[in-house]
Amino acid sequence: MVFHSAFFLQIFAKLFSSIMTQAPQQQAILVLEDGSVHYGKAFGTIGTTTGELCFNTGMTGYQEVFTDPSYYGQVIIMNTVHVGNYGVKDEDIESSTVKVRGIIARNLEEQFSRRMAQGSLDDYLKANNIVAIEGVDTRALTAKVRTEGAMNCIISSAVTDIEELKDLLREVPSMNGLELASKVSTQSPYELGDPQSDIRIAVIDYGVKKHILECMVERGAFVRVYPAKVSFEELKSFNADGYFISNGPGDPAPMDYAISTVQSIMKEEKTLFGICLGHQLLALANGIPTFKMHHGHRGLNHPVKNLVTGKCEITTQNHGFGVDPEAVKNADHIEITHVNLNDNSIEGIRIKGKPAFSVQYHPESTPGPHDSRYLFDEFIKMIREGKN
Amino acid sequence: MPKDTSIKSVLIIGSGPIIIGQACEFDYSGTQAARSLREEGIKVILINSNPATIMTDPMMADKVYLLPLTVESIEEILEENQIDAVLPTMGGQTALNLAKEAEDLGVWEKYGVRLIGVDIKAIDKAEDREKFRQWMIELGVPVATAKTANSYLEGKEFAQQIGFPLVIRPSFTLGGTGGGFVHDKEELDEALNRGLQASPIHEVLVETAVLGWKEFELELLRDANDNVVIICTVENFDPMGVHTGDSITVAPAMTLSDTGFQLMRNTAIRMMRDLGNFAGGCNVQFALNPATEEIIAIEINPRVSRSSALASKATGYPIAKIAAKLAIGYNLDELENQITKSTSAYFEPALDYVIVKIPRWNFDKFKGADDTLGLQMKSVGEVMGIGRSFTEAVQKACQSLENNAVGLGYYGKSQMHAEELIEYIKVPKWDRIFRIKDALMLGVSINTISKVTNGIDRWFLYEIQKIVNIEKEIAKYKLANIPLDLIRQAKQHGFSDEQICRIMNDGHEDELYEKRKAAGIRRAYKMVDTCSAEFEAITPYFYSTFEEGGQNESKRSDRKKVIVLGSGPNRIGQGIEFDYCCVHGLIAIKEAGYEAIMVNCNPETVSTDFDIADKLYFEPVFWEHLWEIVELEQPEGVIVQLGGQTALKLAERLHAKGIRIIGTSFDNMDIAEDRGRFSDMLKELEIPYPEYGTAFDVDEAVEVANRVGYPVLVRPSYVLGGQRMRIVINDEEVEKAVVSLLKHIPGNKILIDHFLDRCQEAEVDAIFDGENFHVMGVMEHIEPAGIHSGDSNAVLPAFNLTPLVITTMEYYSEKIARALNIKGLINIQFAIKDGKVFVIEANPRASRTTPFIAKAYQIPYLNIATKIMLGVNKLTDFKFEKKLKGFAIKEPVFSFNKFPGVNKELGPEMKSTGEAIRFIKDLRDPYFRQLYKDRSMYLSK
Repeated sequence: MVFHSAFFLQIFAKLFSSIMTQAPQQQAILVLEDGSVHYGKAFGTIGTTTGELCFNTGMTGYQEVFTDPSYYGQVIIMNTVHVGNYGVKDEDIESSTVKVRGIIARNLEEQFSRRMAQGSLDDYLKANNIVAIEGVDTRALTAKVRTEGAMNCIISSAVTDIEELKDLLREVPSMNGLELASKVSTQSPYELGDPQSDIRIAVIDYGVKKHILECMVERGAFVRVYPAKVSFEELKSFNADGYFISNGPGDPAPMDYAISTVQSIMKEEKTLFGICLGHQLLALANGIPTFKMHHGHRGLNHPVKNLVTGKCEITTQNHGFGVDPEAVKNADHIEITHVNLNDNSIEGIRIKGKPAFSVQYHPESTPGPHDSRYLFDEFIKMIREGKN
Repeated sequence: MPKDTSIKSVLIIGSGPIIIGQACEFDYSGTQAARSLREEGIKVILINSNPATIMTDPMMADKVYLLPLTVESIEEILEENQIDAVLPTMGGQTALNLAKEAEDLGVWEKYGVRLIGVDIKAIDKAEDREKFRQWMIELGVPVATAKTANSYLEGKEFAQQIGFPLVIRPSFTLGGTGGGFVHDKEELDEALNRGLQASPIHEVLVETAVLGWKEFELELLRDANDNVVIICTVENFDPMGVHTGDSITVAPAMTLSDTGFQLMRNTAIRMMRDLGNFAGGCNVQFALNPATEEIIAIEINPRVSRSSALASKATGYPIAKIAAKLAIGYNLDELENQITKSTSAYFEPALDYVIVKIPRWNFDKFKGADDTLGLQMKSVGEVMGIGRSFTEAVQKACQSLENNAVGLGYYGKSQMHAEELIEYIKVPKWDRIFRIKDALMLGVSINTISKVTNGIDRWFLYEIQKIVNIEKEIAKYKLANIPLDLIRQAKQHGFSDEQICRIMNDGHEDELYEKRKAAGIRRAYKMVDTCSAEFEAITPYFYSTFEEGGQNESKRSDRKKVIVLGSGPNRIGQGIEFDYCCVHGLIAIKEAGYEAIMVNCNPETVSTDFDIADKLYFEPVFWEHLWEIVELEQPEGVIVQLGGQTALKLAERLHAKGIRIIGTSFDNMDIAEDRGRFSDMLKELEIPYPEYGTAFDVDEAVEVANRVGYPVLVRPSYVLGGQRMRIVINDEEVEKAVVSLLKHIPGNKILIDHFLDRCQEAEVDAIFDGENFHVMGVMEHIEPAGIHSGDSNAVLPAFNLTPLVITTMEYYSEKIARALNIKGLINIQFAIKDGKVFVIEANPRASRTTPFIAKAYQIPYLNIATKIMLGVNKLTDFKFEKKLKGFAIKEPVFSFNKFPGVNKELGPEMKSTGEAIRFIKDLRDPYFRQLYKDRSMYLSK
């Protein structure tokens, strides 16, 4: 695993040393793992970047997406054709820095219009050292990912030698089996909300989004956020009423440390809520395997049905791994609470006889529809019930 | 909940004749609803008085009533049929109002009919301005400060309290009729009076004007289980103050952050869920304060609308079709996505392109009309451009307008100075976006433009600035040296070849086309698939763009194919009738075993519904776009007879390129269109015609006028609906008419006919297959000659002409059809004076009256004509059984009330926006007698 971060550093070093020309929009090149080469124009920082290629179909909320830690290690295709129109704004972030490794779009806008914005997307990406490419047929790329599956890619506005880019690309590790959560987790614990609150939630940060924490704090909770590899003993010392297992990047399967933490929490019979990676970890902790999806779900329009209420919700999603549907269906101790209406994938589970539940999608939904925020209400309610 | 099986028969109410504010989008929604219900095995009974609609075709419903939209008609239908439920949400405001009236009179209850989709309480809450306001306040949704006035005095009092500027909004009116802004005290009296009068319950809302706020619309679907999805978010280019039907609109929203969007989405969902009993499509409008990002609710329409038709075309999500299923009990999650056929209908479409809608106005038809855009809708039609950027989409929309725009810009027209332009764009008018571009060309700052236009978002102006920058770059070159990269860039931003040539002032578009084609700069076609390519879609709905790599998703099939050219935006003289013809043409082509390909750019139509043709290209009916489709598809031929003058105009170039025109040949069509050649032919055939001559300038015109004898008809050649046609009685008037005409259409060949005063007019629609001739119908106009045939009440069959006259007309028609070697349709107009029959003109194509005759006689004439054009059938293959008892009257319907101060004056230039059909048993019918008495009343000049 150390090798991987070293590799990324190497790429970043290349990026810093690259020539920072002021020429209006120089060429940028995108090379995919399948060998295809695509030309476009440079945007953001001039340099080279690599990662796993994925696409997001959302039409709003680019800044939230770019700063979402779950995108760590990925290069994202923005399907909506204009990105950057309303600039950037401090409140619209999910973490303090841009987490995507690179951006591919049809039109990235330097000029923006929003009176409450603080700056342009271009300046923001430059400040965050993000390499982007525009003028690309993003629709064709999406179709490629759809049919051929997730693959790695390299974007460069600094290197023009295709063979050199292909060599660099070959060094990029596969997302399958890659543990990334600890890379984006907080280094030391921090707290949010009212310390006097009677609802105390311990959050294990595998790349938690800011708005997830806000959704809990808004509902009156006092939240303490722990680093990914926190020991269960340390967690226990907080005397939490509920535990939250966060979202995050990478493959959940190699996260043994996290799986055992979840198992320990469950033994304590404490209320537990997991989102996305947290959902996958809850499944793994209960003997359900996860798998790498063909190309994942990323967008703001995924239809989910709540099987308990019969109501539907439009959800925000961002995951490249999923829980094995057959294993869940065959597991007597697990109740399926939510399913995806498009492909019937498992979207939510509840552990029978335990106050533990999780969803694959993002109920905090930033960006995205707020249909699923009721899950935070349920979490708080379960915590209260658990206390009585 | 699954389908409600107690509903076995449903009455769908249509929207009646086309008027401003209520156009063919309701044919689209009604047609979809009817098909959607019949798919479920439900018997559909339909009422609509508009004969030019697809929805009223026998193939669409189990029983169709072409009756006036009145409670009496409804009762008649309920007497004759067992009807379980009525669906009033598909026919616009007209249908909702009729459903409400019937409810008030207890009609539904009496016959045990349930209202589905919406209940009366919900309609009231949404449509009554005051109830809406109170409701919003209860819900905690912000609205503009307002008060309801039921009298002039109250109105004045409230205006004083609220302060200027303010808005007057009458309750229960259509397309904002009677509403308006009041900037100061002086304007108040008139605005109040007009508003109070326009409202059927004489009630107006006096409201603070939120000028300068941004306007957004959300199209939603809600099912009975309270599931709600937002199908489309539309942003208005024009800030608050211009009716959304008159605004340039863009989807998806371009300047809306996720926080802003979710605020609107949450608010809209709250409104929908609180609306009451409702299952179907709905539209909610918001205004957003750009400084604070707070929003207020403007209105909610609990029915499908013009916007939902646009949203359906913009996203590929068939709102009306799904709304109809929701009305009979289905939940969204029980239905499938109609485009992918593999995913759920419960989802929110994601777009990977931009659409721009531009309205089409016809102010030239309403002399003296105030062309300022405001609360009351004034446009007659609209176009939609699809592209992979705003710039591309907006320029494609401009190319679709059919008003000589070749992109965002008219070239060669006199330029205003910067100061004039800044002054001009302060007031919203039809050409404001063109003038904004002119202003940017002259270096006026984006700041200034945003300010003087009261808040057009800068983002749109930045985008137009991109177009301006490219245009300035292009202007530096000639055809020989323009760099390929620049051509590529220009094409990606939507510039047409013709536009580039005009900017360079060099070369012909064909030359530029060949140059870029050789360099591989060609269109790639992309699919409208609702999901941004996330899922594989099977729906053949395409638009063009220019992409690096040029990956084309429209694969040519091996089948023999025929392209049908649509008629573009609705306008006076060319409306829904031609869409009716195109749809039937497509169906006939499919039946004949060919692949049917549609090209059109009007989002309101049935022809652009993705499952009518085998393949739909949503593209401007503009040479360059058509030609690239022809090159890709290599069709057997192109049908131009069905899409009105728009399609016909392209015949010459297709012919020159060696593309087969299906049906009548180009040359023969040209004879009919060219007055000189046509008259020579008539002379040869010994058919009388009014004396005529042609002229290119005033002197010639006066000479001709004197030769043929006054009064004379002065008109330009190759025009639509008698555009700029005048009847004049002396030299002075001839001069005036010719000068005005040449000013608008420089270089036009002017036609001058002797006008047959006080004569009768009649017309014949017929089909000829090369051997046999069939008269579809002979129609006699109630009004005397001098009133455009489109504005005349036409009676089928003739009621007053002698058998000899009718036989003569039929005889002449056949002679002309034979001489022109017609294959397919022809319409011939006659004047009858003192028993003598004169031929006025011949149209070698589907006419405005073809659908009317098909409906009156219940014969699928368009289907038959198309098969004859294709050569797959002869007339002798069909049986013609004309089922008509008594007479059918085609009544023109006008929209003069949208233009205060404009009188209803009729003449040789067409003014009506739509038509209705009325069946009468005999000539003693009181309605007919009244029409007959009034026949000369409105004739002016």
